[in-house]
Amino acid sequence: MSPIFYVLAVLTVAGGLAAVLLKNTVHCALALTVAFAGLALLFLNLDAQFVGFAQILIYIGAVAILVVFAILLTRGTETPQAGVFSRSWFVGLVIAAGVFSVLGWAVLQSARVLPQPSAIPSVTVHDIGVALLGRYVLPLEIVALLLTSATIGAVIVAMHEKGRPQ
Amino acid sequence: MLAAPVSTHSVPVIVDQAFVLFKDWLVSFLPPSWRPAAGVVLCVIAIVCVFPGLFALTTVFERKGLGRMQNRYGPNRVGPYGFFQPVADGIKSLTKEDVVPLNADVVVHFLAPLTLVVTVFMGFAVLPMGRNMVLANLDAGLLFFFSMSAATELSVFMAGWSSRNKYSLLGAMRAVAQMISYEVPLLLTTVAVVMIAGSLSLPKIVAAQSGYTGVFPHWYIFTPWGLASFLVFAIAATAETNRSPFDLPEGESEIVAGYHTEYSGFKFALFFLGEYLAMFSISGIGVTLFLGGWSAPLSFLNVVPSWFWFFSKVMVSIFVFIWMRGTLPRLRQDQLMNFAWKFVLPFTLLNLGVTALWRFMGEGWARWVVSSVILVGVYVFMGRVGMFKKHFGPRSYRYAE
Amino acid sequence: MLGEGILKGMAETAKNFAGSFVSEDRLTTVEYPEQRIPTFENARVFPFLVYDGSDWAAGMRCVACQICEKECPPKCIYIEKSQDKKPDFVGKPQFYPARFDIDVSVCMSCQICVEVCPFEAIKMDTEFELATDNRFGGLLLDREELAKSNEYYHRIHPTEADEVDARLNSEKAAAEAKAKAAAQAAAAKSADAAKPSPAKPAPSTGGED
Repeated sequence: MSPIFYVLAVLTVAGGLAAVLLKNTVHCALALTVAFAGLALLFLNLDAQFVGFAQILIYIGAVAILVVFAILLTRGTETPQAGVFSRSWFVGLVIAAGVFSVLGWAVLQSARVLPQPSAIPSVTVHDIGVALLGRYVLPLEIVALLLTSATIGAVIVAMHEKGRPQ
Repeated sequence: MLAAPVSTHSVPVIVDQAFVLFKDWLVSFLPPSWRPAAGVVLCVIAIVCVFPGLFALTTVFERKGLGRMQNRYGPNRVGPYGFFQPVADGIKSLTKEDVVPLNADVVVHFLAPLTLVVTVFMGFAVLPMGRNMVLANLDAGLLFFFSMSAATELSVFMAGWSSRNKYSLLGAMRAVAQMISYEVPLLLTTVAVVMIAGSLSLPKIVAAQSGYTGVFPHWYIFTPWGLASFLVFAIAATAETNRSPFDLPEGESEIVAGYHTEYSGFKFALFFLGEYLAMFSISGIGVTLFLGGWSAPLSFLNVVPSWFWFFSKVMVSIFVFIWMRGTLPRLRQDQLMNFAWKFVLPFTLLNLGVTALWRFMGEGWARWVVSSVILVGVYVFMGRVGMFKKHFGPRSYRYAE
Repeated sequence: MLGEGILKGMAETAKNFAGSFVSEDRLTTVEYPEQRIPTFENARVFPFLVYDGSDWAAGMRCVACQICEKECPPKCIYIEKSQDKKPDFVGKPQFYPARFDIDVSVCMSCQICVEVCPFEAIKMDTEFELATDNRFGGLLLDREELAKSNEYYHRIHPTEADEVDARLNSEKAAAEAKAKAAAQAAAAKSADAAKPSPAKPAPSTGGED
């Protein structure tokens, strides 16, 4: 655990917390991108170039933009007077704590079960490509199919209804 | 590809590697443990000095060139032939008052130009600017470049949103919509190159194009799929950098200056710098992907050092940017979107298929004929179909009559 | 074919680009402070006040009737009428403007003041280099700055000035003839007091159209 890790971890967690706690919705979205960037840097810190850059490209370049557009196109950026906490916040808290504890348990277990890697595995983009189109081609194709159907669905939703002038 | 004779290093190493050797010489004064970091710092300093310098030169050449295209002289007052114009402009923007609107979101307003310039500068890290002249030889360099250019979109949005100005916000929405729409074909054209070169590393892509047949280079632009990719890339790159004819986000006639309406003084200068740096970096990536990077255009021209070729190719493409700006009128928003999604994207997807065909048809003339026929045929067909429904003539107004 | 028009346009600008280095005739602009294009005769910028003779204060045609002040759409004219009178070009005593200011930062060069002036006193200037480093006083022209001689008017708008002069001269001649007739009538009246005098000349006789 290098000091860089701690800096990045603090950055990521601060971004995440700011995304939850800030009042202005657009500020929240921007804070979320900080968290995304921190995650990407964590990946890069682990020498996972492909995942790190893909994280930036997809999450900062596309998802954050999508979030921001969704905020702008739906309603104002101001927080409603009644507050943003839903009435069932306690249930949400329980679910979140449950998910967190399961994940933490799994991580801690796996650290004991898996053998410690002797050397840092050097995974090139080429290896990832071969793995994606070789061993994991079926999941890839399923994801592609899902995305295609989602795109078609979006087009259908956005299409003009028949019989009405454009 | 035909058998590629290995290019001869006819250029003296001392010239070709002048900058690399100079860096090594400077670094050699330091203790060995410091050397790698110092080398990186030197490269960063070089990039941060060279490209803004090129930006200053480009602004004056652009204004003079545009002037010539409109049959006038262009700026010729400051210094000999007006070449000190950028100095005057720089002093002006540095000393100008920095106005921040009262209702603006001050922090975001301040951060937007900074993040823009920083992310644009990051892109230069992976560009091979000459033989052995690349700051970070990343395995996924191409991905890094495009992830950085994707991050600029957010700063454009930040600028537009934080200004609390309807023109700023409209400009930002236009800019982001346009950049997202054209990013898809941009990335897909580079995928075609990656399919053939088999690597995301930019130096490897340059190396894959460095052969010569006779005197002619093996650049990807000289293949049917490469030419098609390059044309789509050029269109998408123009849109991505908000240059004319895709400069709707800054359409003065409609939305003042778009997302940087409320910026003045040095922050505006940063936006200006960011726009031109984005132009340089996207030209650099285009040169690297399709025009053989730093390799000489003809085999016997290898006597000229590699960095010269890289920078001249970049400047030629900058000239084409300026030339287009001097020629083409601005598009309308619906034309822009229709063009991206209904013409460029399908054509790019088809081009990907053609590239795969090229890859698997093997050597020989057959793949040249087949892929050329497919690409040209589809281009003509799509052009005709696209034109078929267009009613040219006096414009009709639905509501305003 | 798709893209043909773009190529044509690019060829056109390339021709301009190369041509502007080769032939000077292509260049449509001039190097302004050194070279100037002569202004057109009908050019107009801001109004000025015409005076006859050599002394601007004595020869000013303006009689401070304030019609232009009332008609001016952006209200950029300010006139103060004098207390005393001075003779105008026919010798008739008239008021004159004690103050006549035009704020050229407000003026929109519409020429309405010129159209409404019955005395041919205000005309449009062609002087456009009015830049000043004082944005308040520098652009507010007083009557001395506005006063320009009739010769200057002839120089900038020759045709129009000739018409005006002809009109004024005929007016003056008519006035002189009238004065002469009046003098004769008066002489005749004094000579022959018993005879009823001929009809008095109407006060409105003049050269007005």
